[in-house]
Amino acid sequence: MKILVCISNVPDTTAKITFTDNDTRLNKNGIQYIIGPYDDYALARGVELKEQSGGTLTVLHVGEADADPQIRKALAIGADDAIRVNADPLDSYFVAVQIANVAKQNNYDLILMGRESIDYNSGVVHGLVGEMLGIGSYSPVMKLDIEGGSATISREIDGGKEILKAPLPLVLGCQEPIAEWKIPNMRGIMTARTKPLNVVEPVSVDEMTVPEKYFLPAPKGACKMIPAGEAETLIRLLRTEAKVL
Amino acid sequence: MSVLIYVELDNGSIKKTSLEAVAYGAKVAEKTGDKAVVLAIGAAASSALEIAGNYGASKVLHASDEKLTHENSLAYADALAQAVEQEGSKIIVLSKSGLGDAMAARAAAKLKAGVVSGVTALPEINGSFKVTRGIFTGKAFATTEMKSDVKILVVKKNVIEITENDVASASAVVETFSPQLRDADFQASVVNVEKASSELSLTEAQIIVSGGRGMKGPEHWQPLVDLAKALGAATGCSKPVSDLDWRPHHEHIGQTGIKVAPNLYIACGISGAIQHLAGVNGSKCIVVINKDPEAPFFKAADYGIVGDVFEILPKLTEAAKNL
Repeated sequence: MKILVCISNVPDTTAKITFTDNDTRLNKNGIQYIIGPYDDYALARGVELKEQSGGTLTVLHVGEADADPQIRKALAIGADDAIRVNADPLDSYFVAVQIANVAKQNNYDLILMGRESIDYNSGVVHGLVGEMLGIGSYSPVMKLDIEGGSATISREIDGGKEILKAPLPLVLGCQEPIAEWKIPNMRGIMTARTKPLNVVEPVSVDEMTVPEKYFLPAPKGACKMIPAGEAETLIRLLRTEAKVL
Repeated sequence: MSVLIYVELDNGSIKKTSLEAVAYGAKVAEKTGDKAVVLAIGAAASSALEIAGNYGASKVLHASDEKLTHENSLAYADALAQAVEQEGSKIIVLSKSGLGDAMAARAAAKLKAGVVSGVTALPEINGSFKVTRGIFTGKAFATTEMKSDVKILVVKKNVIEITENDVASASAVVETFSPQLRDADFQASVVNVEKASSELSLTEAQIIVSGGRGMKGPEHWQPLVDLAKALGAATGCSKPVSDLDWRPHHEHIGQTGIKVAPNLYIACGISGAIQHLAGVNGSKCIVVINKDPEAPFFKAADYGIVGDVFEILPKLTEAAKNL
């Protein structure tokens, strides 16, 4: 089985977000970058499936060279090789075109990624790639098993879950508890240094959406404290003052 | 031309979040001088769809083929793209959900359309077309220019407030819509669907009562459930609580769980880690109950009570019952 896992390179979940250059760029100063947490789940399940059934696992990132440490980490966790499409992507559409382009040349059985990246939270790349390749796409996948050319997928739907059986190839957006995050071991880190990381140039894409300016939410007003002994007055305030009851 | 709005159905009725999308789409149509047309897929009575007119739609396309009864994002996206072509729509609006994003994505690739998900305000249309969206899980916003000819907007919940004045007594014309169904969209078979039908869905709930590790264990959840019941609220929890299996995973609210935006969010014994805040920062009003006055959640709260949740919750339940 040939597996492709697509990873995003995003600020750590605890990062304090600020902007620079007249609010047109993220201030990367002091920000720790990580593999997108959902992509990390996808990678962990991809490695498990590869270990079970054999085959290869390629990791793909669309972005610039500053993501290379995160790509090496994915190699240390168990990917066989990596591709980085060297670009500063404008939007999900651009990323999806690049992924689909790589996929068309390599005929993967399974393309895994996170349900969304935690920087732009769009959750549309898997659907875009699925349609561009003319294959099925499902998200968010919480359980995945492969047997005889088809996948059994458990995915979250509004207020419950659905179990599907679908033929490969597929594009899947993953989330917990599909697998436990894997921490690279020393041997993995050593071998990752010599695994191939191929840098390729992007294919051109029409401009669809262009981010223009960033801003932070308005600061929250002070919290109104209610003494524990008068807790019941809260309900009245929620009705008369906050008008939410 | 028209603005096309896709609405999700729940037991034959248009979901509340989708009615907001209709109101949003109608406001956009007003700006562009177009009509607002709604697409509904699945089983529903015409009378249940006509009410889209109250929110500004003039027409509802209803695809009710039996094969479309079960939610199928591939086939639904195909139907959406065909409706867009039939109506000559340049602007498409969906409400943010797993289904909304999946349909938006696949339709965008079919139509070569730009897609922005997580839209938080009406677009600025002034020669250019600009939308505001939430990014970094609500920690920030971006203004984005959409340059493509066809534009798809996936709109967050509570973006526009529907007031009594907005609801007109107009009803929309319901037309049967019969998209061409492709075999490729029906290759997956549904093995099983588990729906917690008795419970309120977290994403639709207007009020959520949520518990953290401060609830001390799954056996102590009843006071929280009682308050939720008295308020007609859904129940949620923090990540540690679902990780410990105190509560089911589908109740997990936060950065890697469900993002919610209710009118009222009551957090009981949740300290307010940044990852949890990221899942609730769209809430209109936040109440925090915690025994630790230093809990970071108070900084994000509108109302706070420092004290023992097990003493405070019954008092709130009692007061809620007497409303």
